[in-house]
Amino acid sequence: MQLTGAQALIKSLEMKDVEVIFGLPGGAILPVYDPILDSPIRHILVRHEQGAGHMAEGYAHVTGRPGVAMVTSGPGATNIVTPLADAAMDSIPIVVITGQVATGSIGTDAFQECPITGVTMDVTKHNWLVTDAQDIPRVVAEAFEVASTGRPGPVLIDVPKDVSNAQMDWYWPSSVSELDLPGYHPATEGDPRAVREAAKLILCASRPVIYAGGGVLKAHAADELKELAERTGIPVVTTLMARGAFPDSHPLALGMPGMHGNYTAVTAMQRADLLVALGARFDDRVTGKVSAFAPEAKVIHVDVDPAELGKVRQAEVQIVGDARRVIGELLRSLAALGLCEPTTGEAAVVAGRSGRGAGAAPDSPASARPDLGPWMAQIRAWQKQFPLTYRQEEGGALKPQYVVEVLRDMTPDDTIVVAGVGQHQMWASQYWRFDYPYTWVNSGGAGTMGFAVPASIGAKVGRPGKMVWAIDGDGCFQMTAQELVTASAERIPVKVAILNNAYLGMVRQWQELFYEERYSEVYLSPDLPDYVKWAEAMGAVGVRVESAEEVAPAIEKANGVDDRPVVVDFRTDAFEKVYPMVPAGASNDDIIVGPAQGEGGR
Amino acid sequence: MKAPVRHHIVSARVENKAGVLARVSGLFSRRGFNIYSLAVAPTHDERFSRITIVVDVESAPLEQIVRQLDKLVNVVEIAELAPEEATERELLLATVCAAPADRGQVIALVGVFEGTIVDVGLDAMTVLLAGSPSKIDDFEALIRPFGIIELQRTGRVALPKLARRAARLRAVPSGESHEVS
Repeated sequence: MQLTGAQALIKSLEMKDVEVIFGLPGGAILPVYDPILDSPIRHILVRHEQGAGHMAEGYAHVTGRPGVAMVTSGPGATNIVTPLADAAMDSIPIVVITGQVATGSIGTDAFQECPITGVTMDVTKHNWLVTDAQDIPRVVAEAFEVASTGRPGPVLIDVPKDVSNAQMDWYWPSSVSELDLPGYHPATEGDPRAVREAAKLILCASRPVIYAGGGVLKAHAADELKELAERTGIPVVTTLMARGAFPDSHPLALGMPGMHGNYTAVTAMQRADLLVALGARFDDRVTGKVSAFAPEAKVIHVDVDPAELGKVRQAEVQIVGDARRVIGELLRSLAALGLCEPTTGEAAVVAGRSGRGAGAAPDSPASARPDLGPWMAQIRAWQKQFPLTYRQEEGGALKPQYVVEVLRDMTPDDTIVVAGVGQHQMWASQYWRFDYPYTWVNSGGAGTMGFAVPASIGAKVGRPGKMVWAIDGDGCFQMTAQELVTASAERIPVKVAILNNAYLGMVRQWQELFYEERYSEVYLSPDLPDYVKWAEAMGAVGVRVESAEEVAPAIEKANGVDDRPVVVDFRTDAFEKVYPMVPAGASNDDIIVGPAQGEGGR
Repeated sequence: MKAPVRHHIVSARVENKAGVLARVSGLFSRRGFNIYSLAVAPTHDERFSRITIVVDVESAPLEQIVRQLDKLVNVVEIAELAPEEATERELLLATVCAAPADRGQVIALVGVFEGTIVDVGLDAMTVLLAGSPSKIDDFEALIRPFGIIELQRTGRVALPKLARRAARLRAVPSGESHEVS
């Protein structure tokens, strides 16, 4: 069957079961837009190419399947570099297709020419410049394989216009062996000897913490993580990228560690004698000053990416492998050493198993296991002494944390929450109760302001049956709000809560704490723009909330709208800061719990 | 042109495709590390090329770079070669001042080092020498007083030494004999 390169490209996406493309056409990609008219694939026309990239990311976050975006050459391609970099930092599988000028014009500074494979080399997992239409099905299959296996990540396919127009003989690579990827061999299963070593370390530890990262979600290992925690009785911290990987309502859940993590999660890691790092990469926002991080802890580091092992912290046991498989192997190893029964939870209570050697078969290596009781007692004491706190005064300024808590309590438990970057993101991650995996979407590593609106649209497209709330900042919202036009036009009913404090709040917080309150270029104004009118102009419902009493009614109203987007402009206290906080570069031991400390006793 | 003290040899088998060299060198340049020498050419299987990189860098970051290089989709296999476990060779071409009065001395030096004279002009000669990097260094130092007009070294190529119990073979008459020590 003869097809044009463009037809082959769309047919290849159909073969990969792509259901939606986020994109915006232009000159060089024109040939590929023609067969879209005849394809069952839904195309969502964005208003800016950055929106297409973040929508593909949001879609991938919640579905686990690669999100697809398609844009034209030159500025279309450069506009999607930020989402590629964002996806690279957070290991999000997206496939970006860019048009390119005709092969004969490459290198001549042709109209809308940009060497995008060179530009994106360092922010993609891999990219391809297709020079022969015959290669298209194979390259598309390779792109999906690379994006979605091993450590997932973004890929880009650059397709020159003459290649799209050229004729090719259709084929489809029926198996991985027909792909041309001789250097690509992602590891999945852990080295059995290392897994046994890890199991032994776990049975020797008296102050262990499981440090769960985004890799747990990428590997679909939430069930296995829960089983590991319950079998061993080890408490779990979930990083910013792993919120939802372990239920916040579980007795062993410690919540989020890191720069704005809660006191217990941060301090439990600091005092631990064993960290079981699963798909986590010892990010600087988690470790604080690396040399002072968890000084007494031995480390078991499990990651599918060998380059992460030893990158920041040398681990006593390094295991290359997929988190789900390695946890499964670890559970079998623990069972072989005698740890067969749950150590915590109802089953353990019913069986009367707690204290030294809990959950262990008699006379097994596990029966000599230290009692985790004192450790859990210490953790409970920290939790009691240092909870997250804020105070919503009656008639006082509206506290952003209060908005998050009311929103949490008025929405279904499996609501998908999408955040931008800054204070609102931290409050959302701290105060939401994540009990289900894939309900938290945010820009972690890259810290991309403007992520929330388009990512929430992508998430809603991927999970149309779920309620999707973006919790956004006023600064972030202004960066990508135009995509609400896309959402209105395509009838994608996302909801946006703007925590509008009239400032670039996180920067303001740093200037207050570390630059002697010298506020430089952080003021935005609460009512310029008028967010309600702006929402309405974009076809959305706009609601304004200025006091605590108005919060619940506004959310109720927003929850009732299901045929268009809703924007709620919450006018929040501009002076509220995110606590706890570990100052950048400081030891996690120097955690600032609240304002009294943070303001130097003022 | 002495080799750096901390030099490491990284040998990678890569796909013989456009852009692969840029991906590999990019992992060094983005950290601000200078590549000391670089040699690239197809292997016996023309789908693949071998890249030999000599880099002046501490061991710890290099281990990280090697792991990240290994992640590149186009890199098929990669290893760091310890200098004592590698057979290394390099090629030098140099155009040397050789007025008629000096010509005999230059020719003699080339003879001692078992190099080749590949071009002769009225008052200059172009000489070729292949050998271990240290031999090339010695030769370069000795011809320098005559006046070097132009000089090009290839950068080293390297393969792992073969593991054997017996002493090293001498099937090839010992052009590289001093390298054994």
